[in-house]
Amino acid sequence: MTEGVLIKVGMADLNVGNNGAIIRTTGLGSCVGLTLYDAQLKLGGMAHIMLPSSEIAREGQLNVAKYADTAVPELIEQLKSKGASVGRLVAKMAGGAQMFAFTNGSDSMRIGPRNVEATKLALTQLGIPLIAEDTGGNYGRTVELDSATGVFSIRSVQLGVKEI
Amino acid sequence: MNLFNGNADFKMDVLREVGNIGAGNAATALSLLLDKQVDMAVPTVNLVPFEAIADRVGGSEAVVIAIFLRVEGDAPGNMFFILNREPARRILQGLLGFEAAENDDYSELELSALNEIGNILAGSYLSSLADFTGLHMSPTVPSLAVDMAGAILSYGLLQFGTMGDDALLIDTTFLEGPQEAEGHFFLIPDPESFDKLFRALGVPIE
Repeated sequence: MTEGVLIKVGMADLNVGNNGAIIRTTGLGSCVGLTLYDAQLKLGGMAHIMLPSSEIAREGQLNVAKYADTAVPELIEQLKSKGASVGRLVAKMAGGAQMFAFTNGSDSMRIGPRNVEATKLALTQLGIPLIAEDTGGNYGRTVELDSATGVFSIRSVQLGVKEI
Repeated sequence: MNLFNGNADFKMDVLREVGNIGAGNAATALSLLLDKQVDMAVPTVNLVPFEAIADRVGGSEAVVIAIFLRVEGDAPGNMFFILNREPARRILQGLLGFEAAENDDYSELELSALNEIGNILAGSYLSSLADFTGLHMSPTVPSLAVDMAGAILSYGLLQFGTMGDDALLIDTTFLEGPQEAEGHFFLIPDPESFDKLFRALGVPIE
């Protein structure tokens, strides 16, 4: 049993856990923390998405966890391999902030909102309902998914902890 | 990730010198501003995994004060001036002459002063680098954030993000007298900028 286990998800990384494991990623800025949860199996997964689309990738070995369009299908696959049913999965997400305000709103500065849009698009295309989100703003977030309950908690420096 | 086509050790040395010259000038500027001695450590130049960059300043969740600006021109990149809370308080005290707030609630004046310090230091870093390389490099208007280090630094990694999971970081630590780290200067040139920097400095490109 893995009760009480803490599973860390790094930047451009993803992981799954069950049996009460807590899945956590820290310091989300423009990145998006996406979680998928199967309440019947008490099984959840989280991806720390950094960029919206793998079309811009120039890396040799694609890190599928990094891009919204590849991370969502990969997370679903990993949950399926643990027995999850796609029809039961629900999504929650946080992040996608704009940490710095610049007057010339170049595309790379808008990366947070673009990550959020791309993640939502990927969820819609794969038929996963997004049931809660805490996105945007100009502050960093640390997020945790409790695989026992599906509760997604979000901590920020200014606003403290909130659960969705 | 293959940023350099050969001669990597020599090129790392060249980048270390880039950091040395830029941060050396910035340290002098800070020293003049505060009217006290500011030392700096020899810059480190490494390919750092994204995950590990925030560890340089206390970890992904550590609250830091960061001034961020884009370098524009011939060799674009990202620059951060990062302070932990205690050194920021001491700098403000030295500069403004009154006791800065104990908690995280910086006043408008304090934030503005920190932003201006970042502006001056980044300006002196870049202008010395531009003189040295003969390249045109200009900073954007700086932007300040007080937040988790991971959330802040990920902004400087986007250009490297499409190439792999590491970024080339030129990190210079500031020291106030013999004390612990005062602040960090991070320069993260865009991947495309290295050839231009090396060419400008006469490093043979194979």
